Amino acid sequence: MPRANTREKEAYRKLSIKASPPRPILRNAVVAFLVGGAICLVGQIILSWISSTGIGRVQALSRTQTIMVFLGAFFTGLGLYDRLGAFAGMGAAIPITGFANSIVSPAMEFKREGFILGVSARMFQVAGPVIVYSFVASLAVSSAVLILAR
Amino acid sequence: MIFIRAFIVGGILCALAQVVLDSTKVNPAVIMVSAACTGAILSGLGLYGTLVSYAGAGAAVPLFGFGHTLVQGMMEDVAREGWFGLFTGGFRASSAALTGAVVFGYLMAVLFNPKG
Repeated sequence: MPRANTREKEAYRKLSIKASPPRPILRNAVVAFLVGGAICLVGQIILSWISSTGIGRVQALSRTQTIMVFLGAFFTGLGLYDRLGAFAGMGAAIPITGFANSIVSPAMEFKREGFILGVSARMFQVAGPVIVYSFVASLAVSSAVLILAR
Repeated sequence: MIFIRAFIVGGILCALAQVVLDSTKVNPAVIMVSAACTGAILSGLGLYGTLVSYAGAGAAVPLFGFGHTLVQGMMEDVAREGWFGLFTGGFRASSAALTGAVVFGYLMAVLFNPKG
């Protein structure tokens, strides 16, 4: 296959940038703000409700996160969360409900490949990297704080 | 009012992630990973803890809060049992969210089928 010459490639790249519609950055940011804010508001309502039972702050936060994970997984199962994600982008993906969505969505999709290599292996397609990098980063940050505090 | 603060702070964190996604064209998964790592760094600087006490779930529910939870857990365990706390604190502090994610995630994936 003859290789396209670089000047042609460059011209094509410029043309395709000019031809593609401008990405609506502002519209996307506003929608992400509203949807992400609303999800956090739901989380805050749950947090305030749990805190009112007189439980400790840290426990109340982790219970809230667990309930939000449940809600994210449940609404993904119903097929609603993926639609919200298509509409709101990061507004649906960044809250911890989106983390649950990133687990359930591929797991359901790959059910036909079986329960071991399909469902349970695909669950961590996105959640796996999130867990790996946040543990590595947190260990590095905590070590740095310890060393600097000495 | 804590509810308004949670809405605004949570919304701003999501909008920031959206702007980064739109202006870099990277995969959304990369943004999710970066958010958790950014939370860990801000937590180490002592900033994210302040944000959580200001905005409650507005800071704890976004993925940034996951990195913060890990760092906080590690530091707590280090204070209690020395440097080995680095290896125990992360999973201890995030155990509820992670167990929920694994169990509920599996359950929902088994119970439901993809739509459309």
